[in-house]
Amino acid sequence: MAKKDKRKADRAGFFQKIRNGFSYFVKRFRDGSVGTKLSHLIFGAGNFYHKQYIKGAIFLLLQVAIILFMVLCPSINGTPYGYKALLNLPLKNVTKGGFDPATGAMTASSNCQLMILFGFVTIAVIFIYFILWHKSIESSYKADMDKKIGLKPTTFKEDVKALFDQKFHITMLTPTCIAALVFTVLPTIFMISLAFTTYNQQDMNEANTNLFAWNGIQNFRAVFTGEGSLGFEIKNRFLPVLGWTFIWAIFATFTCYFGGIILALLINKKGLKGKKIFRTVFIMTIAIPQFISLLAVRNLFGEYGPLNSLLMNLGWTSQPIGFLGQKPTDSELLAKIMVIIINMWVGIPYTMLMTSGILMNIPADLYEAARVDGASTTKMFFKITLPYVIFITTPYLISSFVGNINSFNTIFLLTGGGPAYQGYQAGGTDLLVTWLYKVTIDQGSYNTGAVIGIFTFVITATITLVTYRRSKAYNEEDTFQ
Amino acid sequence: MSNLLRPKKFKSQARNRRISLGITYAVLVLMSIIWLIPLLWIILSAFRCDYQADGTFIGTVTSYFFPHHFGLKNFADLFSGTYYAVPNAFPRWMLNTLIIAVIDCVISTFLVLSVAYCMSKLRFKLRKPFMNASMIIGLFPGFMSMIAIYFLLKSIGLTGNPDHPEYSIIGLILAYSAGAGLGFQIAKGFFDVIPNALVESAKLDGCTNFKIFIRIILPLAKPIIIYQALMSFTGPWMDFIFAKVIIGPANPEYWTVSVGLYSMLFGTYADVNLFTQFAAGCVIVAIPIVTLFMFLQKYYVEGVTAGAVKG
Repeated sequence: MAKKDKRKADRAGFFQKIRNGFSYFVKRFRDGSVGTKLSHLIFGAGNFYHKQYIKGAIFLLLQVAIILFMVLCPSINGTPYGYKALLNLPLKNVTKGGFDPATGAMTASSNCQLMILFGFVTIAVIFIYFILWHKSIESSYKADMDKKIGLKPTTFKEDVKALFDQKFHITMLTPTCIAALVFTVLPTIFMISLAFTTYNQQDMNEANTNLFAWNGIQNFRAVFTGEGSLGFEIKNRFLPVLGWTFIWAIFATFTCYFGGIILALLINKKGLKGKKIFRTVFIMTIAIPQFISLLAVRNLFGEYGPLNSLLMNLGWTSQPIGFLGQKPTDSELLAKIMVIIINMWVGIPYTMLMTSGILMNIPADLYEAARVDGASTTKMFFKITLPYVIFITTPYLISSFVGNINSFNTIFLLTGGGPAYQGYQAGGTDLLVTWLYKVTIDQGSYNTGAVIGIFTFVITATITLVTYRRSKAYNEEDTFQ
Repeated sequence: MSNLLRPKKFKSQARNRRISLGITYAVLVLMSIIWLIPLLWIILSAFRCDYQADGTFIGTVTSYFFPHHFGLKNFADLFSGTYYAVPNAFPRWMLNTLIIAVIDCVISTFLVLSVAYCMSKLRFKLRKPFMNASMIIGLFPGFMSMIAIYFLLKSIGLTGNPDHPEYSIIGLILAYSAGAGLGFQIAKGFFDVIPNALVESAKLDGCTNFKIFIRIILPLAKPIIIYQALMSFTGPWMDFIFAKVIIGPANPEYWTVSVGLYSMLFGTYADVNLFTQFAAGCVIVAIPIVTLFMFLQKYYVEGVTAGAVKG
């Protein structure tokens, strides 16, 4: 009940905010000086009016640059930006290139990836235009207000100074924001959008691999209906891969977690000598790049590797055992067990390092009190040590679970997803991410890959948001300092 | 009575403790051996210098663990070898990776520290939205954006550029370091521990936020700076899949060392006889990284522990 009320209040607050924002815009236009009014059309006009020439010039230059960008439509590799990019977004006016018998010349084919990409960039530029529009009016309006109460409008020097003091966060965050927008947000949106297209190199002949169209939610429907070029694969293999991804994530997280805690307890045991040497050994395995250590393990366990020949010499087996599913006939169950075990080799040292510090910080009086009460060592472990460590490392547990869902290296380097299934991309030990890799990079089925990626995101995001938002670390982030 | 029993009890306790310590040593030694076997095997393979009866060199995976003869042939072959039609490919890959790692290290560390400082010590309107957005973005599988980044870089000629193949190194640096600022959580956790009172009193003395960052926060943040620098420097040496996709299969002279070593064993250029040279390459790559980790162990552990609590 209370929750419902709160939601209602939130919603009311939201609409109130919009209304307030709107009336602020009207008020700003009504009460502003001539300069402020002009700023609604020409960026920086208000700044010129207040004799803030440099600031005004910067605003004006940005406006001119964006308008030129929109109108002139600079193009890269024959694909334009600007208003033409917006017209291209529906992917309707695509030309199939090739030899044109009428003119006797080769014409270039449209590039639909770039059309979508540039379309999104252009939308982002328009968005930036409106932010600048708002900022330009705001800056002029602020100068108006300053004048009203008898202050001088800020000089350019003062503005620059503010960027290193009150507005220092703008200076510090701008590089990251730009970089993240261009190299993280834009690519992610681009890939999500591919899930709604026909971009699948399995469907296209070689001459026009860059021509595709929007096709709505058909790729998502393929998970149930099995239509389309990889629909067969995604329909039959989606649930098994999803199920294994979960089993893998659960086992990988908990084996490494508890293994790491036990190892940390062993190393930090009272009276043990050579703690540092043992610790260094395990840190060394973290320091070695995974493509080296995991490929070494893969070859150790390989068909012609030392382990199989040792087992054969001992007479325990007559033919090599396919530990890591490198042949389609190898046991899938064995491969799954092996990757979980070998993953302990990768993950345990890391948890050990992490929990070592926490173990040392457990208040000693807790143990003292327990000892006085006559508690045994095992009892103290289960009643004090474990609850304490679990309580502190819950955020890590969540992030390592999510990390294991996306654990690419271990599977890709050890089994490559094998044992392979005849006629399918996804093998017995493939996770959603390795499957995504195979489908996109090996097969060029970008739309199917994007569908898999979106599903992975939905799963990891649900787990994280549900658990993380309830955690203390999130809710009291501001207070604990 | 109790006086009589006491020494006996002590004695048995001491014996129990000795036994349990003994078991602990045995378990730890056994685990250390298990953890070291794969590494030992790579090192042994790197120094292996065995020949078949007909005089051909054995470069493949062998069924025996310990080599019969040791030598430096693999290293010599590796450094002078021509791979994928690139003469002296291995030193080139090492150099490429070093350049990428150094630049990435500087950019990434700067971005991470600046974001972490803002999130921890400054209060502004978009702070919470920024933190939430960075968390949600981090949940998308990196492979999804990887391919899009390839298209993006290709469209501006920073990878797969037929006229300037060397630009792909710039592209890879951008790809590695651009997203770094979003991984600010560990450094923020570290800054959170620095008392706010310190910042407040500096402010009262008329320090600007910029000066507080440079004069107060950064000198106190040495451990986390070293941790971030270590992570971003070793990143390009450890990663192979991102580099493989971004640089692409063309122009092997601009690969990073991990892509080069990986392609000795897998893909169109793979050759089973290159295993020992692969092992030699692994040893060369691993030595500097392991040394760095050993020297900076303290800072690494500190960073990892901070990550455990902050998630």
